[in-house]
Parts: sequence; structure tokens; C-alpha cells
Amino acid sequence: MTKAARRKEEGRWAWRLTGFVTLCVYIFMFAPIVATVILSFNASMFGGFPMTGFSLQWYAKLMNNDAVLTAFRTSLWIALVTAAVTTAIGVVTAFALVRFEFRGKQALSTLVILPALVPETILGVGLLVLIKAVDQPRTMLLLVLGHILLAVPYVVLIAQARMVGIRRVYEEAALSLGASRFSSFREITLPLLIPAVVGGALLAFTISFDNTSASLFWRPAGVETMPTQILSMLKISISPEINALGTVMILVTVGIPLIGGLILQSLTKLKRRGEPKEEVR
Amino acid sequence: MKQSSLREHKRLEEGALLRVRMNNRWTLYDPRLAWMLVAPVLLLLIFFLVLPIAVMAAYTFFTFVTAGVETSALTAANWQEFFTDSYYSGFLLKTLRVGAITALLCGVLGYFPAYFIWATSFRHKWLLLLLLIVPFWISFTIRTFSWINILGEQGVINVALLRMGIISEPLPMLYNEGAVILGLLHFLLPYMILNVYVSLEGIDRTLIAAARSMGCTSAQAFREVTLPLSLPGLAAGLLLCFVLAAGSYVTPQLLGSGRDALFGNLIYDTIMGELNWPMGATLSIVLFLVLGFFAAIYTRYMGMSQIVKGLGG
Repeated sequence: MTKAARRKEEGRWAWRLTGFVTLCVYIFMFAPIVATVILSFNASMFGGFPMTGFSLQWYAKLMNNDAVLTAFRTSLWIALVTAAVTTAIGVVTAFALVRFEFRGKQALSTLVILPALVPETILGVGLLVLIKAVDQPRTMLLLVLGHILLAVPYVVLIAQARMVGIRRVYEEAALSLGASRFSSFREITLPLLIPAVVGGALLAFTISFDNTSASLFWRPAGVETMPTQILSMLKISISPEINALGTVMILVTVGIPLIGGLILQSLTKLKRRGEPKEEVR
Repeated sequence: MKQSSLREHKRLEEGALLRVRMNNRWTLYDPRLAWMLVAPVLLLLIFFLVLPIAVMAAYTFFTFVTAGVETSALTAANWQEFFTDSYYSGFLLKTLRVGAITALLCGVLGYFPAYFIWATSFRHKWLLLLLLIVPFWISFTIRTFSWINILGEQGVINVALLRMGIISEPLPMLYNEGAVILGLLHFLLPYMILNVYVSLEGIDRTLIAAARSMGCTSAQAFREVTLPLSLPGLAAGLLLCFVLAAGSYVTPQLLGSGRDALFGNLIYDTIMGELNWPMGATLSIVLFLVLGFFAAIYTRYMGMSQIVKGLGG
């Protein structure tokens, strides 16, 4: 075999190895989730293999579990409020950070990403220490504001990335034609930002809905969110009911963004016609 | 002629902008307006991030009296206890070790998929990327406990091995440090893969073609061009995985035994269990400073921008 041919052969093996490791990583990522979904339909009394038959009894039991239903409703409300508020304040912040020049802008952009980098345990303890120092109780409002803090970096980053691609001449044209600041933002900037707005809101929703560690610190006494409820159920043992609950949660949290994404895609496809070509600055 | 009409147009536009300016007595991109726009987020960051950490730093010097009670008499006792009691430094070292092992494993295992997705000619590349994002949508608690269905006594592996008669008793695979690292790996791999992928996407592919045309083998081209250019993404991924692993609470709680608790669990138990707030604050500040130190080293050499890209910017 010539040297070149041998090298080519080596390259092919390296590529195969890459593909193989990739496959293994994907299996690693999804095997536990698939196992959980399968086990949720197990007729067996114990939350484990082997499968003894197909059954929906655990879903039925779940529907009658008041603690779980209450926690689900609590989490849903918190996540909806978090998504709405975070998107509003995050998009406006991204607009200011991209369009305006002001002192301290660099410091602010760094500060904004910190909640995503500081471990939740530290954020959790910090806020508790603060409200203890001023002698305030833990309230629902505190929990929601905390979730907003955790989601803000992601919404700002997503909106900023999109904002950079929108040329400011569109807004300035509206302004020069007599539009007010607010209406130029609403009529021009916001529609162009829609993908970032929807993406940011969905992400904020999932961040809040999934949050565990910080919620353990911040929740008012007696309140359980979905993840903390699961955690306390797991302290007893892993039951088929938890597998069913996990499956329902997966359907909700994966289903909503997927459907949202599909709707968004078809919307942008419809709008593509007749829209002026955007130049990337 | 065209030139002059353009100039005319520009003059008109400036006039219009000037009118806007005159009406509001504000310039078009007035810093005051910017401050109003960022105010809600800024207030939130000050009251929920900066102030808590500042108060927590002050709390580390408070005196612990009894569970849930402390006085503001200043003392260095908490810090003294932290530095003299090897219990705490042991926890810190273990946490850093687990974080480092997890980050390195993520780097090694995450580079392959990132490279594969970037280099593949597979038409539905988006599907591979989507599959990487899907785990972010699935509750972290669920992803973590789902490992019990794989590793537990009634998990896939044990049941399969028992059925095949390879083992006669279930293997104890859960509730040890290995299981904790596995869980962290499962949680952090998508972060790593996306970070590396983003930096690979930023590489000008003609550079690689150029290297090949100059006689590089594909291995050499990878070693000399692709790998060095993707290092910022790899470094950002390593930092992110390290920080998130070292700050984790849920994974050791669900997949580890009492001995595998990490620093986050120690903080939680000190505050919520022992109600020793000054010590809990001290431990939080320690973790904050240690992780901040690593982040600072990173930004010193790499800058912030890569992290921003990796987080979804």
C-alpha cells in the first residue's frame, strides 16, 4: 500500500470513529429518557424492569393525585408570568444595549449574563440572606422575581443576537416620517424581532418550569413547584407513578417548543414573500 | 445628478431627525432613554443579584448563636472555622475534582459529535442539532432520575445481565461518585457540544481546503488548522461545564449517597438543615470566589464573547 493510500485509509477510520462516538453520545443522551417513557406504561407495581404488561393505571393514578396537580398548576402559573415579564423587560433591554451608546453599557452587558453563570445555590442563598436581613417572609412574588432573574440572561442574549441583524434605518425611516418612538418600536422593530421574542419566551417558560435548586430555597413555606414535588416524591422511592409524571412533563416541555417552532417557521415562510431582502451589517 | 439627489435626500432625512429631536428635546439615541429602557432589568439585577451577594459577604462576619439566630456582632470565627476544619476544605477539593473530571470527560466526549455535525454531509443536519437542544427542554430533575431506570437494581442493565445469567446479584451502580459524574455528564454534554459546534461553524472552511491543497493530510489539517481554531469554543465549554458541575445540587442528591454530596449540598444543609446562616453565607461566598477565580482566568485569556455565543447569543 502506498503512503497516500494508507493515510486515506486512516482518515476514513478516524471519520468512522467520530461517527461511532457521536452515535454513542446520542444513545447516552436519550436512553434513560426512553426507558422512563417505556416504564411509565408498565403494569408492574414497582418502578423498574422487567415489563409485566401494558397499563395506563399510573396515568389514572396521577390524575387523582392532588399534590401533583396543585404543583403542576403552581408551576404553570409561575412559568407563564415569568415568560411574559422576562420577555418584555429582556427585549427592551436588548434594544437599549444594541441601539444606544451610554456609559456603563459594557458593565451592564456583563452583569446581565451573570445569573446564568453563578450557581443557583449561591443565588438561592444570597436572596434568602437578603430577605432575612430585612426581615421579610418568602412570598410567591419573590419566587417569581427570582425565576425572572434566572431567565433574563437567555432572553437578552437571544434578543440581542437578533437585534444586531436588524438595520436601524428601518426604525429611523419611520421616525423621520413622523412616527413616535413607541410606535416605531411597535410597528417596525418588534415585528422584525418576533422570532427572538417567541424563542426567548419559550426558553424563559422552560427555565422557570424546570427550575429546581433555586426554587428549593425561594418557595414560600408549603408551596411545591413541579420539580420540587418530584424531588420530594423521589425521596420515598422511584415508583411507576413518577415515570408517568416524567412522561407527561416531557410531552409538555418538548411539545410546546416544537409546536411553537413549527408555527413560527410556517409564519416566516408566509411572510418571506414581498419582504425586502435584509442586508447583514 | 444621482449624487446630488442622494445628498438632497440625506439633507431631508437629517431635517426630519432634527425635528424629532426638537419636539422631544431629546436626542435620537439619548442615554437617558437607554437608562429608562434598561431600568427594570437593572433594578432586578441590583436587588436580586448584586445586593444579595453583598449582604451575604457581610453575613460571613456575623456571629452564629443557635439554629436560626445570629447577631451582627462582627467576628472572623466563620472564616477561621472554614480554614482550620479540614471537613470544609475536603468538600471543596472533592467538588473541584468532580467538576474537573466532568468537564474533561465532556470535552473529550463532546468534541466528536460537534465535529461530526459540523463536517457531515448528511442533509438533515438540523435534526442532529435539534436533538441536542431537546434535552434542554426536558426537566433536569426528570433527566437525572431517569438514570435510576438504567443503573438501578431494577434498571435496564441489571435486569438484562441477570436475565442472561452473567451476574447472580444486581450490581451496585447507583449512589456512588461514578453515578454522580455520569448524571452531570448527561446534563452538561449538550452545552459542550453546542459550544464546540458554534466555534467550528465560525471557521472559514477555505482555510482547511488551503491546508489540504498545500499537501496536508486530513489528520494534519485537523491538527494544525481545525483544532486550534475551535479551541476557544472548547475552552468556553470546559469552563461552563466545570462551573455548572461544581455548583450542582440536584444530581448528587438523586444519584449519590451521603458521601458523594458536593459543595452545593453542603451549603443547602448548612442553611436549611442546621439553620447556621453565617456559615452558609461563608460557604456560598467561598464557592462564588473559587468559581469566579476560574471564570476570571478564562476571561483573561479568552474574553467573554465565546461564553455569550455558547449561551445562545
